[in-house]
Amino acid sequence: MKVSALGGIVAGAARFISGVQASWRDGAPQLRQSVFFANHTSHLDFVVLWASLPADIRARTRPVAAQDYWDRGLRRALAVNVFNAVLVPRSGEDRARESRARSTIDRIAAEMGDEYSLIIFPEGTRGTGESVAPFKSGLYHLCLKKPGLQLVPAFIENLNRVLPKGQFLPVPLISRITFGAPASFDPLEPKLEFLARMRDAVCGLKER
Amino acid sequence: MMPGLHAPDQKLLWACGGILGLLVVATIVGHVMRLAIGNLAAEGTIANLNQRIGSWWVMCAIFGSTLVVGPTGSLVLFGLISFLALREYLTLIPTRRADHHTLFWTFFIFTPLQYYLLALKWLGFFIVIPVYGFLFIPAAMALAGDTQSFLERAAKIQWGLMICVYCLSYAPALLTLDIPGFGPDAKLLLFLVIVDQINDVLQYVFGKLFGRHQIVPSISPNKTWEGFVGGTLSATAIGTALWWLTPFSLPAAAAISLTIALLGFAGGLVMSAIKRDLGVKDYGNLIGGHGGILDRMDSLIFAAPVFFHIVRFFYGS
Repeated sequence: MKVSALGGIVAGAARFISGVQASWRDGAPQLRQSVFFANHTSHLDFVVLWASLPADIRARTRPVAAQDYWDRGLRRALAVNVFNAVLVPRSGEDRARESRARSTIDRIAAEMGDEYSLIIFPEGTRGTGESVAPFKSGLYHLCLKKPGLQLVPAFIENLNRVLPKGQFLPVPLISRITFGAPASFDPLEPKLEFLARMRDAVCGLKER
Repeated sequence: MMPGLHAPDQKLLWACGGILGLLVVATIVGHVMRLAIGNLAAEGTIANLNQRIGSWWVMCAIFGSTLVVGPTGSLVLFGLISFLALREYLTLIPTRRADHHTLFWTFFIFTPLQYYLLALKWLGFFIVIPVYGFLFIPAAMALAGDTQSFLERAAKIQWGLMICVYCLSYAPALLTLDIPGFGPDAKLLLFLVIVDQINDVLQYVFGKLFGRHQIVPSISPNKTWEGFVGGTLSATAIGTALWWLTPFSLPAAAAISLTIALLGFAGGLVMSAIKRDLGVKDYGNLIGGHGGILDRMDSLIFAAPVFFHIVRFFYGS
């Protein structure tokens, strides 16, 4: 487990730049092995979600991030040393996709162990912020492997304006993140129903 | 003594002592009201009042300490206020993805540039935003190519720069005014802020105590004729009584204080109309009990530039 001063400073800076206002719908978060999952509109999503967590939970939470974006230079140093991210390849469109996705899930489950929580974005790719895309099945397969995880939905607003897809420089608008009540996994629930239920849990947190 | 730190000015200290006394009295009154009134309906109002007074202590401490540090302190403070106000405003304004670069320029080029020019005491700060900023914004947006609600988007960003940066920067700009026989002096800024803010407070107090007839019901139920008249008259009286902080004669201090109070009211009304238009109650939640930075600065936005130009025109060298 890494609790670093650098992590605290980066989390503080991320909170200032994004002006993030975090709220917990269901009371304070618990220190249990969890998966935090949210809508995805910006490269800053996981940074801000991670920065919004209380320090003790943050120290035990690892974001899952795209290898092709984060595995370079300074970004890599940040991803590995500060965020303690699990870097995974994005799923392509080729034939090997299915088996590669499976091995990615295996790796993520192994990296979690019994200790770490996870931050994931089940849409798989960043949207425009206007709508939430259908969830990919990674969350389901991860739950099959580790059925005891607490599933915490979150909805992120305005970060798509702070750092939209395709932009390099952030604009310091105020963003908002709302964490919902934890859900749990039922192995008897069909995959598509489970994924739709999780997506609804995220969308239901949108204000207005 | 370090350069930049000046010997404490007696009059400045008296004024700060007066503010301190007012805060102490307000705090005591707030607590007495909390203990004395068991009326459930008034409980929320009194809790909010005490929260507001608590925030006033913090705001006065920050403003007072930057005044003592010297012009740089006030410039940094107002620069930060502008930045945070702009952030509150632009968060609420609907923008499109194509506006991203324009927004970046607004935050990171025009806002610091305005305060940097003030630090250089270059009077060209008058024109940078209204000429170059206002032409730059639509040009940059046109280059981005998105024409949907083009005029509306450009105008809203321009207005944000106008109120949050340009108008507010006139307050610390007072420190660059060289007045014969008076000099560039922090007391002028203190005078403006005291009269402007006490007017806000007194309009609120008179409104709560005697408010019956709303001025513009569609904008705010809290702005009443009773509050407006009571607040304006008493703020004018207080401003007149503070003439010794300024280069003004007694009658001039009265006329200028009245102007500040009227403009403060106009600023509050306009900024409230924008909130109604956007469908929000407050601009933010940075200042406990008050709302956002813009909720506190709304009256200064209108009063600062006009006060500056009055002083420059009638008293400047």
